Amino acid sequence: MQLSKDKLIDAYTRMKKIRVFEETMRDEFAKGTVPAFIHLYIGQEAIASGICVELNDDDTIASTHRGHGHCLAKNSNLERMTMEIFCRADGLCEGKGGSMHIADLSVGMLGANAIVGANAPIAVGAALRQRVMGENLVSAAFIGDGASNQGAVFEAMNLASVLKLPVLFVFENNGYAEFTGVDYHCGGGDIAGRAEGFGMPSYKLDGSDFFAVQEAAAEAVQRARKGDGPSAIECYAKRWYGHFEGDPQHYRTKKELESIRKNNDPLIIFRQKVEEAGLIESSELDLIDDDLLSQVTNAVEKAKNSPLPNIEELTTNVYEKGSY
Amino acid sequence: MTIKTYREAIIEAMILEMKRDEKVFVIGEDISGGRGCEDFDGEAAGGPMGLTQGLWDEFGAKRVIDTPISETAIMGAAAGAALSGLRPIAELMFSDFFGVCFDQIYNQAAKFRFMYGDQGATPLVIRTMIGAGIGCGPQHSQSPYSIFANIPGLKVVTPSNPYDAKGLLISSIRDNDPVIFCEHKALLGIDGEVPDESYEVPLGKGKILKEGDDISIVAIGQMVGVVQNCIKSLEEKGISAEIIDPRSLSPFDDEMVYDSVEKTGRLLVLDESNPVCSFGSWITSMVSEEVFSSLKAPTKVLTPPHCPVPAAPNLEAAYLPDMDTIISASENLKNYS
Repeated sequence: MQLSKDKLIDAYTRMKKIRVFEETMRDEFAKGTVPAFIHLYIGQEAIASGICVELNDDDTIASTHRGHGHCLAKNSNLERMTMEIFCRADGLCEGKGGSMHIADLSVGMLGANAIVGANAPIAVGAALRQRVMGENLVSAAFIGDGASNQGAVFEAMNLASVLKLPVLFVFENNGYAEFTGVDYHCGGGDIAGRAEGFGMPSYKLDGSDFFAVQEAAAEAVQRARKGDGPSAIECYAKRWYGHFEGDPQHYRTKKELESIRKNNDPLIIFRQKVEEAGLIESSELDLIDDDLLSQVTNAVEKAKNSPLPNIEELTTNVYEKGSY
Repeated sequence: MTIKTYREAIIEAMILEMKRDEKVFVIGEDISGGRGCEDFDGEAAGGPMGLTQGLWDEFGAKRVIDTPISETAIMGAAAGAALSGLRPIAELMFSDFFGVCFDQIYNQAAKFRFMYGDQGATPLVIRTMIGAGIGCGPQHSQSPYSIFANIPGLKVVTPSNPYDAKGLLISSIRDNDPVIFCEHKALLGIDGEVPDESYEVPLGKGKILKEGDDISIVAIGQMVGVVQNCIKSLEEKGISAEIIDPRSLSPFDDEMVYDSVEKTGRLLVLDESNPVCSFGSWITSMVSEEVFSSLKAPTKVLTPPHCPVPAAPNLEAAYLPDMDTIISASENLKNYS
């Protein structure tokens, strides 16, 4: 562990913020206050955080329908993001995107995407800035195990490899493509191996271990910035909840759920490592927990009390103002 | 003023805009034409139809980017590049290939501005070849512009001559929304006067090619040239036709069509797309809603029949609306009572 204390605190904050946020969203969804479907990121916090701590604000990420974690890990504005999930006028996307289409271009978050796998070519496009403009930028795509079977992802990997573009293909193997297990849906069963077939270095690691993700990300980012092309990082971390909130999860056992919550909690694993190494006091992390809970609670209250978009906004921003 | 072909006008527009703005780049299949091959020796071909000829020599591989045959990756990369501040010109070699990459066009690029609350622009041009008439058969000859025009967020242009091709392409590249720029393959070799300097033909502005009193004929793309060849015969039959080239389908210059129909009272649309839900039927529907009381006859749309484009030359010739059909349809409208 060679990370500074500041970076460790930053990493923990990102992960914990995701956890607190998603638990709060879960409660709100159960209460019926969230006007759209939501897909929770709990269990995978170390992946988004491990990748994004290695990125700068002007580096970009392209996210998925399970995008709240990516948004938070990329330091999106918490209040405006929450408003967007509640489809409010002052949300990041003025209420027109909602949970599955949330974006924050100001921090390089190019959008959640409700078309599975479609974000991979978009991330490749953002990486073209290195080739066309000589900008020293990196672009990451988060791709589920389900999305890993999409042609768009294969095409994106091949193009990034051929053009040697600075892309991180981050495969989040959470065990299930919607309701279908990875053992059933993934031919060959080796997602990282597929990336190797496109000629890029790849990693397979425990996605509930922040340090494993961060270390791989640091190497891949360095390679990308040097102009040495893309990498793939396959992270295993089962999601704790259903495909969407309300999914009865008939496809897996209670035993499995109990086991991952007990043995693969990214936050417990992180705390154990830093506390055992004497890097951060437990009490210090507890204070962060309290602060995040109040930040998230306030953001949710503020969102719920803010207005929905005006009806006049229905047809705005389809095209540039005045051009149609 | 110089005489240039439709193809030369398109290339010139790209060169001028690439010189003007370093963010403009071109991406597509074979656009340099084999430059990546080890044994390459010669001039870059500039695509199978020569529509990017000379670009590689002028701007190099950083801005003239050959890709694998991966239309989804090309369109997605272009969409992502546009969203992050570049101004890509992506070539979809034949518009028929939209079927393998449409998600990136209609679900992604077309929606970014709306679904992200106007956080950024998507200045993307998709240059693509449309049209029947040169024997390319069912999968290289279609004109799917009605499908493109159906999508909110996309702009669609259909230049019919070299002058408009250059001016519309320059406007499309400078536009801050995704534009599908439909190049008709049967028109690539036609020539006309094209100024050397840069100029814009605005999107959404049609052009009256000939004024007339009896019938308004709106012709799209290749159909413009066909109807122009009918003018003499129509006049001999005592029909004074007003001919309109809309140039853009989305946005569409509906006011120009309404004004013309209010004057003539008759409307004929010539459209190369499939007849069911064709762009032509949309024009006639709008005219019926907006200027119904001016109509002296039912509106009429001429399209190909509802079948794929055939390869056999005699069938392909029968597929497209021809001069005889246009003249006869015009007579029927004129004589309607």
